[in-house]
Amino acid sequence: MHIKVLGSGCCSNCETQMEIVKKALSTTGKFAKLEKVVDLVEVMNYGVMSTPAIVINGKVKARGKVLNEQEVIALFE
Amino acid sequence: MWLSSVDFFVYDFLALHGSFADSLHFFIYDFVKILTLILVIIYVISFIQTYIKTETLRDFIRGKSQFVGNLCAAIFGILTPFCSCSSIPLFLGFSQARIPRSATFSFLISSPMNNEIAIAILFATFGWKIALLYTLFGLITAVVGGYIVAKVSTDEDILISVPYMKHGGKVHFEKLPFFKRVNSAWQSALKVIKDIYLYVIAGIFIGSVIHGFVPADFIAKYAGADNPFAVLIAVIAGIPMYSGAATVAPLIEPLTSKGMLMGTALSFMMAVVALSLPEAMILKKVMSWRLICLFFSIVGVGIILVGYLFNIIL
Repeated sequence: MHIKVLGSGCCSNCETQMEIVKKALSTTGKFAKLEKVVDLVEVMNYGVMSTPAIVINGKVKARGKVLNEQEVIALFE
Repeated sequence: MWLSSVDFFVYDFLALHGSFADSLHFFIYDFVKILTLILVIIYVISFIQTYIKTETLRDFIRGKSQFVGNLCAAIFGILTPFCSCSSIPLFLGFSQARIPRSATFSFLISSPMNNEIAIAILFATFGWKIALLYTLFGLITAVVGGYIVAKVSTDEDILISVPYMKHGGKVHFEKLPFFKRVNSAWQSALKVIKDIYLYVIAGIFIGSVIHGFVPADFIAKYAGADNPFAVLIAVIAGIPMYSGAATVAPLIEPLTSKGMLMGTALSFMMAVVALSLPEAMILKKVMSWRLICLFFSIVGVGIILVGYLFNIIL
């Protein structure tokens, strides 16, 4: 699994989201490549305009809101 | 009903009298009223937000006429809680979808100005008429301002260019069942309240200080009806001040009760919330200083006009 957390790199939301994703990974015991993307042109390539967003294996799974741990785990399915 | 409960609590239950009791009364009464209304309004807006996202707006505006685009973007600005951070992805996303720049600027003007918290507080303190007028003028400023800013800007003013969005850009949205939306709206409303309640307290506190300690003729003398430049001064004073709507909105009532005209007070509030230095710094990532200055001056002039108009009709 390849997870990217997209952010605009200016508020703490994206950082918070990263932490939650890490926690969700350790809770479920899954392995994933986790990446934070703040390069705006790359963020735009996903068609995302509201951050933070979560991209799993190249697909935008969530955007515009910090998800909590349960919600992130639900995305892994 | 709430008023009489606070009456009972302060004057009968605590058996307090005198000016301290009055301030306490004012504080409790205003605080609970404002916070409750904010909670209700934020809840409604969060609920609507589970249906409408920025991407939805982008897909909707594409290919629409300029006026419709500006208007939709301005209205959408009411629905989004403004975080300056969100303005950049939005700006780029719109230009990526080749939406006319005017709509983007309408949004950038409308979003901080037609802040849902400001509207909620105006509604709580002055009733629906003032809240509606404020919103209406905010929308007009956003639509017209967006149009003018787009007219005077050139392609050189935009510093980052993003490739045109291929695949039509339609994004897939997860379908949420109704009860989940209700729940998620509640979560975000609570989060917003948690984020802003201290600012509201600060605002109400400063408001009660103005109520109690600023002499009645002080504000009237400098920013009252006799001074034709009052609005101008209020806006110029407001631009460098940076504070959220949650702090500045509770000040409007005390300011007007001390002799400031309503339009002057509202212009001041619009200037504080809509134009700020941190926002300029963030916008610098994507646009030239020339355009930022133009953007700020056009919005500033718009706010001043709205202030005078308000003073005339109220």
